[in-house]
Amino acid sequence: MKSLFLILAEGEEGGHTPESPLAIEWIEIVLSLVVFGLLFFAIKKFVVPRFESTYAERTAAIEGGLAAAETKQAEADAKLAELEQQLADARHEAARIREEAREQGAAIIAEMREQAQAESSRIVEHGKAQIEAERQQAVTSLRAEVGSLATNLAGRIVGESLEDDARQGRVVERFLAELETGTPGAN
Amino acid sequence: MITAASTVTAQGDGFTAPGPANFQYPELFSVGGVDVTKPMVQLLLAAVLVFGFFWLATRRVAMVPSRMQFAGEGAYDFVRNSVGRDIIGSREFQRFVPYLLALFFFVLVNNIFASIPFVQFPTFSRASMAYALAGLSWLVYNGAGMAKHGPLGYLKLQSVPTGVPKVMYPLLVPLEFFSNILVRPVTLALRLFANMFAGHLLLILFATGGLYLATEYGGAIGIVSGVLAWVMAILVSFLEILVQFLQAYVFVLLNAMYIQGALADEH
Repeated sequence: MKSLFLILAEGEEGGHTPESPLAIEWIEIVLSLVVFGLLFFAIKKFVVPRFESTYAERTAAIEGGLAAAETKQAEADAKLAELEQQLADARHEAARIREEAREQGAAIIAEMREQAQAESSRIVEHGKAQIEAERQQAVTSLRAEVGSLATNLAGRIVGESLEDDARQGRVVERFLAELETGTPGAN
Repeated sequence: MITAASTVTAQGDGFTAPGPANFQYPELFSVGGVDVTKPMVQLLLAAVLVFGFFWLATRRVAMVPSRMQFAGEGAYDFVRNSVGRDIIGSREFQRFVPYLLALFFFVLVNNIFASIPFVQFPTFSRASMAYALAGLSWLVYNGAGMAKHGPLGYLKLQSVPTGVPKVMYPLLVPLEFFSNILVRPVTLALRLFANMFAGHLLLILFATGGLYLATEYGGAIGIVSGVLAWVMAILVSFLEILVQFLQAYVFVLLNAMYIQGALADEH
């Protein structure tokens, strides 16, 4: 420190001789201050604010981008939850419909079965009635035929053996009796 | 420095060694009775170059920087963040950024002039120009401190050390005042001036000395030592480029540290 001061003192001592490099040249000091001052004000006015505003904008953009991304993420999460809810609902609905269909199917099958039962019994009934009617018809027609047959037979019997009168008479009686009881053709 | 130069003069025969006279430029022209010399023109040129670069870089600022804006931002961030914010602190650095930015690049370009062909003169080897910037630095850091703590409060913070027994005050208070208020501008100016002056002198010495040895002195010894001197001149040139950057950085770094010290609540 002391030596520096000595150098400076030395310089200022010889400061008035033009040879000393440490001499004070007022014109250079003033010029330096003026030029640097101008540069400082130009930089302060035109350069620094532009850089700083760009930095601020950049920071804002990055922060804004982050906020926007966060909002988007929240929205996506909400949407996903909603969709999952919908999917669960749909699954539930499908299960319900399937259950309903199964019940309905069972009901339909039962009904059909009942219907078929009714139909078949109706058909059976119908068949029975028809058979009965036909039998009745057959009995009626048989009875008429039996009458003629009997007359025929009687004619023949009468015509062929009159000697065995008494036996023939028994035969005819028995036959007719049998007819009466409804068991024809036992002979 | 001066004595070293004069011993070289004494040694040389027909060789005139470089000295302080090499730093005296005749006026180029005269404006209103003021003689304008080469260093003065350089001073103005440096300011124009620095502002031109930053003006081009910020002409069309965009979120996504162009190549030029990117370069400008790199230069700006270097001073803003690694000098301003890291030293002065993120709370108060912003208002000193224009000053530090202008100061760093102004000193840097003026120093680099020493290595630019056809300019080849470091502006701050003119001591008065270094005095000017150092004096301005002194005003800036003391002004910032006084504006914050008040003139007396600031002087107390700068001169009275904390955590020292009161018995020591008569010894320490003048010393602190001396080193914090009086010496700083002197060392700032002399550091910058002396580095630029010595570097330039060294370069002239090797360049002209090499030429003299190779041509005038003659003989094998003269040629070999002359070539050797030129090789040294080239090496010293590279060293000088480093010194030029370093001195600009140190100058602005110390400015930032003095400002920080002036703003600090405790010394």
